[in-house]
Parts: sequence; structure tokens; C-alpha cells
Amino acid sequence: MFGKLSLSAIPFGNTIAMSAVSGALVLALVILAMITYYGRWTYLWKEWLTSVDHKRIGVMYIILALVMLLRGFSDAILMRLQQAMAAGTSHGFLHSGHFDQIFSAHGSIMMIFMAMPFLVGLMNIAVPQQIGARDVAFPFMNALSFWLTAAAALLVMVSLGVGEFSQAGWFGYAPLTELQYSPGSGVDYWIWSFQIAGIGSLMTGINFIVTILKMRAPGMNLMRMPIFVWTTLFTNVLMIFAFPVLTVALALITFDRYLGMHFFTNTLGGNPMLYVNLFWIWGHPEVYILILPAFGVFSEVVATFSGKRLFSYRSLVYATGAITVLSFSVWLHHFFTMGAGADVNAVFGIATMLIAIPTGVKTFNWLFTMYRGRIRFTTPMYWTLGFLTTFAIGGMTGVLVSLPPADFVLHNSLFLVAHFHNVLIPGSLFGFFAGYVYWFPKVTGFPLNEMWGKRAFWCWMIGFYLAIMPLYVLGLMGMPRRMEHYANLAWQPYLVVAAIGTAVILLGIIFQITQLAVSIRQRHDTRDLTGDHWNGRTLEWATSSPPAIYNFAIIPIVHDIDAFEDMKEKGIAYTRPERYHDILIPRNTSKGFISGALAFVFGFSMVWYIWWLAILSAIGILFTVIARSMDDDVEYIIPAAEVERIEDERHRKFPSIASDSPA
Amino acid sequence: MKGSVPFGFAGLSALCALAVLAGCSDIPLLEPKGPIGAAELSIISVATVLMLIVVIPVTVMALWFALRYKASDPKGDYAPKWSHSRKIDLIVWLVPSVIVTALGILSWKETHRLDPFKPIDSAARQINIEVVSLDWKWLFIYPDLNIATVNQLVFPANVPVSFRITSDSVMTSFFIPQLGSQIYAMSGMQSRLHLLADKPGIYFGQNQQFSGRGYSDMNFNVSVTSPKQFDAWVQKARQSPDKLDRTRFNELSKPSIGFPVTSFSWVEDDLFDDIMNKYRSPMGEEQISFRPKTSAAGKH
Amino acid sequence: MTGEAVTISVMRTGEVEHTDTAARKAFGFWIYLMTDLVLFAALFATFAVMSRSYAGGPAGKDLFSLPDVFTETMFLLSSSATYGLAMLATYNGRKGLVLAGLAVTFVLGLGFISMEVSEFHAMILDGNGPWRSAFLSAVFTLVGTHGTHVIFGLIWMLVMMVQIFTKGLTAPVQSRLLCLSMFWHFLDIVWIGVFTVVYLMGSM
Repeated sequence: MFGKLSLSAIPFGNTIAMSAVSGALVLALVILAMITYYGRWTYLWKEWLTSVDHKRIGVMYIILALVMLLRGFSDAILMRLQQAMAAGTSHGFLHSGHFDQIFSAHGSIMMIFMAMPFLVGLMNIAVPQQIGARDVAFPFMNALSFWLTAAAALLVMVSLGVGEFSQAGWFGYAPLTELQYSPGSGVDYWIWSFQIAGIGSLMTGINFIVTILKMRAPGMNLMRMPIFVWTTLFTNVLMIFAFPVLTVALALITFDRYLGMHFFTNTLGGNPMLYVNLFWIWGHPEVYILILPAFGVFSEVVATFSGKRLFSYRSLVYATGAITVLSFSVWLHHFFTMGAGADVNAVFGIATMLIAIPTGVKTFNWLFTMYRGRIRFTTPMYWTLGFLTTFAIGGMTGVLVSLPPADFVLHNSLFLVAHFHNVLIPGSLFGFFAGYVYWFPKVTGFPLNEMWGKRAFWCWMIGFYLAIMPLYVLGLMGMPRRMEHYANLAWQPYLVVAAIGTAVILLGIIFQITQLAVSIRQRHDTRDLTGDHWNGRTLEWATSSPPAIYNFAIIPIVHDIDAFEDMKEKGIAYTRPERYHDILIPRNTSKGFISGALAFVFGFSMVWYIWWLAILSAIGILFTVIARSMDDDVEYIIPAAEVERIEDERHRKFPSIASDSPA
Repeated sequence: MKGSVPFGFAGLSALCALAVLAGCSDIPLLEPKGPIGAAELSIISVATVLMLIVVIPVTVMALWFALRYKASDPKGDYAPKWSHSRKIDLIVWLVPSVIVTALGILSWKETHRLDPFKPIDSAARQINIEVVSLDWKWLFIYPDLNIATVNQLVFPANVPVSFRITSDSVMTSFFIPQLGSQIYAMSGMQSRLHLLADKPGIYFGQNQQFSGRGYSDMNFNVSVTSPKQFDAWVQKARQSPDKLDRTRFNELSKPSIGFPVTSFSWVEDDLFDDIMNKYRSPMGEEQISFRPKTSAAGKH
Repeated sequence: MTGEAVTISVMRTGEVEHTDTAARKAFGFWIYLMTDLVLFAALFATFAVMSRSYAGGPAGKDLFSLPDVFTETMFLLSSSATYGLAMLATYNGRKGLVLAGLAVTFVLGLGFISMEVSEFHAMILDGNGPWRSAFLSAVFTLVGTHGTHVIFGLIWMLVMMVQIFTKGLTAPVQSRLLCLSMFWHFLDIVWIGVFTVVYLMGSM
């Protein structure tokens, strides 16, 4: 009846896991109770859970990302504490199985359930508005993507309290992930959560490519798209080419585990090296999927806060394109030490180094955007400067490990761990934070508190150096990654410093939470009525904050890369049109949410071999999708009069200014 | 607050430099004990210096521009429409390209020179060692001496060591940080690694690729000895009561953590090849491998 | 640009936006097919790696009956032709003919799937299931993934027949028929790859 699931799957004996579970449960109960108390269920259901509005979906993505950031970061704290303690004869406070779950979960969560939702969230919020569109091409599919991602994230969270998570690392190398070596439920949680989230990402990729290529405002040819739109486009191209390979890699390991096949087993002809290749054919482009949107955010931020056009726009576009193409030709650098010939290693090593060229070009373009500008030191700009000064080091160590002979000694060491944290934290996460602060007033209508934002930034920055730089040294000292305990006492001081760094970052996160709370409290005093809080340059600042459901009452006409700046200069940014038109808006639907819920049930029942439930939920998903496809009434009309009322109200609220130039 | 930005960044860099300097002692990769490790260290150093040509200007420019053009107290001119310069474009594409070309040439040459499969040129006769990765311990077979050890590797200094490496379990990575180059151990396949130690000493070896529950304890001692000491050690090993036949090996290969250092005075013939062949198809259809396998143990 | 010109061009875009939905869907579907192609490419690559990993088990030439597979192939290829006829009828607005075309296509597709299932069934009964060797794992997975796609195509076809019956050949229905047609032809092309790589080359 319940497959492999029984009460013994709940780790009652594990105090850390159980306290995390009860903490999460209590928090969830408090939130549910509050919603009930304030009678917000209907609102939540009608306005959010069933929404197909790209702005709402974007916000939900980012909430998911921030929640998962907390989870992933808790894992980081545990790992740092463990390694700071477990030197010599001490084995710290985590037993090896638990430690292995934690580092596997940390990697999986940060990549798939923090960074991915964060960047897709930012894309959702900004891209349709930046190209002057009303929504994405396929609003329902957008909701479906989100709910699949959320279902997969929930699956990871559930593994904390029911069963276990994978103990085989986030990239789950076979044959360690085969049933023979990992018989527990952990690897299955990992497989199904990745698989479900991956399908969501694939659909996002399709959606945004069509949106960007088909739905731009008149006049916006490709070479007038904001850089964030360009990086989003390239990111989604990477997604549609890379994610199917992940789907295959995971499906094959699934067949091995569930049907006794022999793709990656040691015996009967299986070939574990095939898994490693397939995984990184997805995995390396994935790194650029995470980093390109952040590069886009930095481009927007640096131009806006330097009060200047982006330097060498074309160069930036070509550089991004070059990175996109090259990222598919470098996967083998993740395993130079597998024993490929010198020719193969050298070719892949050099291909990897080539990526440094366009990346370097981009960096210089940002620098020369600042040059001869007027730089406003806002929080998004702080994150950008933090990125510019820190990322170069990560890039440098990246080129080092791309040299096969250097990789022969640095591979799988803490040097490598330091390298990719040095690239992904400033390169990706700082960019997402910059985007979060930058577009926050657009989404909510009030800005985030600058003082707390800057405090948070400094904690992150200092904490980052303290936490990551010692890892470089440890790598040179020969310390491998993923050690649950170690005999070499010389390593300990560095790990203690790294743990202190993590504590400083924790302070930064606390400041970010404070920032959010303070900003919400002050919202009545800080409300932005112009829609253009930062004196922005691109079209998303032309809409009101928060934007009306249709974004643009009249689709703007674009004459310049910095379309909105151009409109402001010409004095037509806020001209009231002579008349408004009816607007078609996609209707909300519960089918995205239902499909996500069913996908969760499906994943969970597959993990526990509850076949009847798996079949039922799969049929449920099929029927939900069929029902959706039968539905032709998916849009409704906002009449011109209603549009006029909304727009007039916005114009009335403008701070006492001439209608053309808000302060 | 605004003026403090660049100083903050400068302080951070200093902090990080200090952290590195403070720990300049006892860093194995910076003090290699053999030519392979030394060559790899020199590549790391050359590449670092080459890349600093870009990294230092980037950092300096980021701080300098931020300071010079801050809106509250600008020192330079303001050109909001200025967004293109052929000269700058040329330089920013060219300089990284030149550096990467230089690094590319270096990479091509050194990758071939330091191919772990390539034997080391030396006047001394090389010593052959077969390495079997087990859950979670290392078995070392000396085929020419017909002895074996667990979790202890002993060989003389200044003699090239030729390793054949395989796994009887999951994928692991065989690595002695002081000597350089690691390589994966995989079931059904044979990896090669050639190392040489300049001077006698006690080093440490480890599995560098996570392999499950006992991974953290999957380490081994490395004793690099004088030729005389080595002969003495071989004699001692030959007196061990333990012998390694297939039955004993099957026992040994069962998962265990913290397996004690053990010597075997005798090893059954072709044990290594048998372990490897266990995972190949009975029909002799070989798995796809990056490299053609050397057919027999004693090629060298 | 004067205010009036702006309004006019916006109205035009408004109209375009509206009628564009079908084109947008078709374009999105093309991209989806491309991702599916990447998926099959990864499976073909896997098959290539496994193509000699018999592990003492049977090879392709011991297993496959080319005449059967040829018949199977004919079923699928002719189903593509009949789907094409159904599409022609769609453009001419002949509802009955479309339904008939789809019905024939469905039967041919079902024939294909039945033959494939019985082939798999026979192999498993002979002890040559996908767990026998890496080679057989790859055969079952590659052929089976294509088969699964065909099954989904058949379900979709049923849904479309219901839609044509209840809604008639409305614009959304036509756009869905077009997507399904792309899907169905795509499966043909993939099958030609499967037939060549797995069956023809395997039998040699």
C-alpha cells in the first residue's frame, strides 16, 4: 500500500534533522494560521496561487529562491562548523552519512532551487516589461513551470523529515548513485526533484525565447534590446539545449535503479563514464545559465547608476553570444583526471580558457561604463562593485584549473570549491541581490531600505572573503573537498576562519531580512509614485510601480537601446495618449497549481515505490493538461474605459510635477 | 558611508593577502617533492602572473573609476552619451586574447609533457605498482616483487614509479599531493600514472573523489625511502604471515573504514587483471575507454 | 512621430498581437521539438556507446526480425501520409474528412505501437529484457522513448478528435492540429534514425 514508506523513514534519532523539521513545520503552521486569521485564503488563491501574471509568478519564484537560500545556507553553516571541529581525533558533531547528505543538499539546493528560481524570477519580473509586452508568450506554461519548480523544492524539503537526501553529491556520479552503493531513498529524492525542476526549466526556456523573439514592442529590433533581455535570451537558449541532456542522464540512472538496467553500473556492460559526460554536458552550460542573467543585471545597474549609456553594447552582445556557444564545448574540463589523452584534455582546456576572453571583455565594458559617468552609490551599485572586484579572482583561478596539468593537483580539492564559490557568489548571487534591490520598487511600489542593504552588503563581502579565501590555501595544502573529518591539524585554523566568515555572512542575511521588514514598515513614507524610482533607462521604468496588470496601457514605440531614457529626453515619457484601447489579459487558472501539486505527489510516490499513487497522479497531470488544452476561454478583456480610469488615477497621483518629468 | 567604499574594498584585499601570507608554511603544493609536482607548480605560477596582467588593472580601475566619478563629488568629466571607442574595444579584445593565446600554447605543450600516462625518462629502472581502490582503502600490489600492502605505499626516491590503477568499487581518485598529478580509479579499466620523488620522506596520499561513507578515512601513508631502506622494507614484507590469494582478496574488498596498514608476503598471479576483468563483458567486448588498454601487466 | 501615428501603429500591433497567438504557438512548438531532438540525440549517443556492450547476451542480429520492423515502419510512414491528408482537409474546412483522416492515422499508429509492444514482449519472454545487458538497456530505452512519444501522440489525437467533434474546426483547434502534425512528422523522422541505427546497422 505505501511501498517502501514506513514510520522508520522518519529520522527520529537525528536531533539536528528533527529540530530542522520541527522548525520548518512550526514556521509553516504559523504562516498558515496567520493567513487564516487575517482571512487571506481567498486572496492568496485568487491573486497568487492561480495567477498567470508574469509579475506575480516572478515574485513567487523569488520568494521560493529566498526560502531555499535560507535552507541551503543552513547546510553551509553546518558544514563549516563540522569541518572547523572535526580535526585530528575529533569527529565533530555530524556522522558521515548526515554530513554527506548536507553537502549534497547544499549543492543541489543552491544550484537548482535557489539560483534557478531566483534568475527565472528576475526574468519574469523584468523581461516582459523591458521589451514592452503585456505578459510572456505562454502565461499558463509559465505558471506550470513555477509550480513544478516549487513541487520539486518541496520534495527536497520533505526529504529532511521523511527518509533522507542523497549522500552522493549534487552531481551524483555513478556508480555511487546505483542501487548497489546507495540503496536508500536519498538518491531517488535527488533524481525526482532534479527531474521535475528540470522539466519546469525547460518550459521556461521555450517560453522566454518565444516571448523575446516574438513579442517585442514596435521599433525594438534585436540590437535595441536591453542587455538583460539579451542575456535572458542566451540563458534560455542554453536551457533548451542543455536541460534535455539532464533529463536523459537522470532518466537513465532512474532506469538503472528502478528497472535494473545497466547504463552506468559496473557490471554487464554499464559505463559510468557515460554518466559523467552526460551530466556535465548539461552541468557546464548550467553554470552559464546561472551567471549570464546576473551579468545582465550588472549591465542594467551599472548603466543606470553611472547615468550613462552602456559602453560598447554590441561588444557585450557578441561576448555573451560567444560565451553561450563556447559553454557547450568545455564540459570535459570537469574530469581531466579521468585519463583522456593529452590531445583531448588540451583541446578542452584551451576551449575553456577561450571563455575568459569574452568574460574579460564584458568586465572592461562595465568598467568603461562607469568611466566618465556620475556614479550613485546605491545598494545595487554596491553589489556590482563587489562583483567587479571579487569576480576577477575567481576568473583567474578558473583559468588555472582549466590548465590540465594544474588541474591534476587542484582537482576536487578545496581550491576548486573556492574557485566556483568565488565565481558563483559574486558572479551570480551578488547579481541576483542587485536585481532584487533594483527591481523591488518596481514590483512593490516602495524601495528597500538603503542603510540595511549596505550593511548586509558589507557583511556578505567580508564574510565571503573570510569564508572562501582560506579554502584556496587549504586546496594548496592538499585538502580534498567533502571531508567529514580529517587528521591533518594544520588545516584546522583555516577552517575556523572559514567558519567565522560564514557567521559574518549569516549576519548579512539577518540584515537582509531586517531590511525587508524595515522597508515594509516604512512603505507609506517611501512610496514611489512615479514608477521610475532609480531614474532608469529601460522600458520597465515607464510603467507604474507596481505595474497595472497589463503593464503598458499603450504599447510604447522604441527608438533607442535606452528606450525610456530616450523618451524622457524627448519629453514624451509621460504623455497621456488621446484614447485607450481594450486590452486582452490571460485569465487566471488553478490548473498550474494543481499540476504542480500532482507532480509533487508523483515524485514522492516514485521515491517510495508507491506505484498506484504514482500512476494516479500521472494520470491526474495528464487530464489536467488535457482539460487546459480543451479550454478556449483563456483570456478576458479589460475595457478601454477601465484602462483609462486606472491610468488617470496613476497620473493624478504623480508627485506635484509636470506630467513629463517626474523628479 | 559613500567615501568609505573604495577603502573598504582595499581593506578587504589586504585582509585576504594577509591571510594567505600568514599560512605560507607547510603548503604541500607549493613545496613539491618531485619533478611532476614541480612542473605543475611552475605552470600554476606562470599562469597566475600572466593573468594578473588583467586582474590587477580590473581591480584598480573598478576602485579608481568608482572614486573618481562618484556623483556626490566627481573629479572627472561627464559624458552620458559616450559609449563607444574603437581603441578601447580593440584593447579589451586584444589583451585577453594575447594572454589566452600564450596560456593556450603553454597548456598544449605542458598537457602533453605531463600526461600522467607517459613514462618518466630516467636512468633508473622504474618500479611497477598496481593500485586497487577498495571501499574504503587502497591495495598496492608490487607485481615484480610479488608482495602487496594495504594503505601503505613504499618506494625508493629518485626511481620512476609506474602505477596501474583500477577500482573494485565506485570511482575514486588516487592522489599524493606532494608528488603531483592525480588520476581516477575506475572499475573495469586501467588508469596509468607516473610519478617520481626527489627526496626521501613521509608523505600522505588520499582519495580525492568522494566515494561514500568511508571517504574521509580513505587515506594512505607514503614512505619514500633510500634504496637500502627499500630493500630492507621488502625483506620485512616478505616475512609477513599474510598472503593475498583470491579468497583473501574477496574478504579484503568488503567495505570497511579505517583498515589497518597490512603487508602481504605473497600475491596470487594476475590478481590485478582479474579484478579489472571482473567488470568487463564475458564475451570480451571491452567497454568504451578513452584509451586502448595495455594488454598485459609487464609492458615496461 | 506624431501622436496620431503612434496610436495607429499601436492599434495595428494590437491586432497583430491578437492574431499572432497561433504563430507564437507554432514557433514555441518548433522550439519544443528542437529540445526533443536534443533529448533523442543524447539517447542516440548513449546507444552508440552501448552498441557493443552485449555482456555475453545477444547482439542485434540475434534479436531483430527486419521484415517485422519494416512492416512497423510502413505503418508509421503511411500514418504520416494520412495525417497530411487530414491537414489538407483541415485547410479546406471539411470536418468529416479530417475526422476520417485522423481515425485512419490513429489506427496505423496503434498498429505500430502494438507491433513494438509485442516485439518487446517477446524479447522479455526470451530472457532478453533491458536488464540483460547495457546494449539491451539502450535498445529498450531508445526505442521505448520513441514509442512513448507515439503513445502520447495517439492520446493527443483522440483529444483532437473529441475537440473537432465538439468545437468544430475553430482557429484554436486548427492551431492544435498543426502542432500535432509537426509532432507526428517529427516522430517519423526520429523513427527513421532509430530504424537505421538500431535495426539496420544492428542486423548487419
